[in-house]
Amino acid sequence: MAKKPVLTAAEAAKMIPDGATIMCGGFLACGQARAIVKELVKLGTKDLTLIANDMGRAVGPMGEEFFGIAELIHNHQVKRVIATHVGMTPEVGQQNTEGTLEVNLLPQGTLAECIRAGGAGLGGVLTPVGVDTLIEDSPFCMGKETIDGKQYLKMKPIHADFALLGTYKCDEFGNCWYKGTMRNFNVVMATAADTVIAECEYIVPVGDIEPENIHTYGMCVDYIVEGDRK
Amino acid sequence: MEKSEIKAFIAKRCAKELKDGDVVNLGIGLPTMIPSYLPEGVELIIHAELGIVSAGATPKEGDANYDPYHVIDAGGGVASVAFGGGFIDSATNFGLIRGGHVDACFLGALEVDAEGNLANWIIPGKKMPGMGGAMDLCVGAKHCIICMEHTAKGNPKIFEKCRLPLTASHCVNKIITEMCVLEVTPEGLLMTEINPEFTVDQVKAATAAPITVSGNLKSMVD
Repeated sequence: MAKKPVLTAAEAAKMIPDGATIMCGGFLACGQARAIVKELVKLGTKDLTLIANDMGRAVGPMGEEFFGIAELIHNHQVKRVIATHVGMTPEVGQQNTEGTLEVNLLPQGTLAECIRAGGAGLGGVLTPVGVDTLIEDSPFCMGKETIDGKQYLKMKPIHADFALLGTYKCDEFGNCWYKGTMRNFNVVMATAADTVIAECEYIVPVGDIEPENIHTYGMCVDYIVEGDRK
Repeated sequence: MEKSEIKAFIAKRCAKELKDGDVVNLGIGLPTMIPSYLPEGVELIIHAELGIVSAGATPKEGDANYDPYHVIDAGGGVASVAFGGGFIDSATNFGLIRGGHVDACFLGALEVDAEGNLANWIIPGKKMPGMGGAMDLCVGAKHCIICMEHTAKGNPKIFEKCRLPLTASHCVNKIITEMCVLEVTPEGLLMTEINPEFTVDQVKAATAAPITVSGNLKSMVD
């Protein structure tokens, strides 16, 4: 395997144009490419569509002002959000009420599975979750299907221009290992975007991550960024 | 009862629902108090939506496993993995939930009704926090138990039919409040236990749905 290019967070952020659709791994910004996000904030890249479990946190674990993609929302750089929960970032609700931010909420398992489908070459997902709810009216819902007497929603696969992964260790081939709860959506997002950038805390030599313990395979990763160590 | 006492009372009663080895998912808030009241000899496998299968006790600052940047819960608090537990990605994790591998989920509610419908994720035009993992949990878990205060500022939360947009339909098995325990049956709500501090009439007055009182009505307090 070939070594993957290592970029600075600023160089990675510059690759992302206005209007891009970005999958951001992370759950409340744990396992999020926070250094690249900071650079996107500095650049002012606008009209972004963000696909993520949530929009990060208004306040970080040690009192940091903004933690993860919450700052992109605060800066009005986002035009559309596809997420499962936005309660920790009240600005999402405010901007939605003001009409400047489109918000599509999906059940957490549905979002994960639709992204998995997007990366796994599937035409969609059939899930019983969301039947009899507003999800039936979601732009991602293609209708209902009854199988063996049980109702399912037909959900669209989800794909993006970019995926930003927040990993702990990344080797020079792009193989990634996530610490603790960092894994969350990163694993599926790594398969479902045209360009995948893995931000890690440590770049390690190939072989440092045991082959059995690789969570995201280097073949899915296009660029590596070394971010902040926590 | 004061607010904190009410929550503790409900959590204590919820703990009685569980048996050793159950895989359980606990919603944010009141449900997270349940493990403090488990009977002796009952150990749970706590399933956390953020990606821990068998979550451990909440670490304190200074503990070796205190890691607010790498191991957290769905409320953003610092979490830990139990001895023998593991971390899991979201797609696999929710496969476990939808696939019926979680024995019980305990969730709060804005509204719940006599058909077992649940509303707890949006108040249109006012609040849209989102459903997070709640829709998957109440559809996928084998038992869906609502634990909440019986009323909100004196207004009923239990209806004949929910008015808010649903989280899921026909999913709730049991409702546990500071007033009573209600089972959702095909014939509607069946009160099986009552807190002796209240009368049946008081419970009925605080509930906007018909309640059938079990012929074998028990006390919530031992």
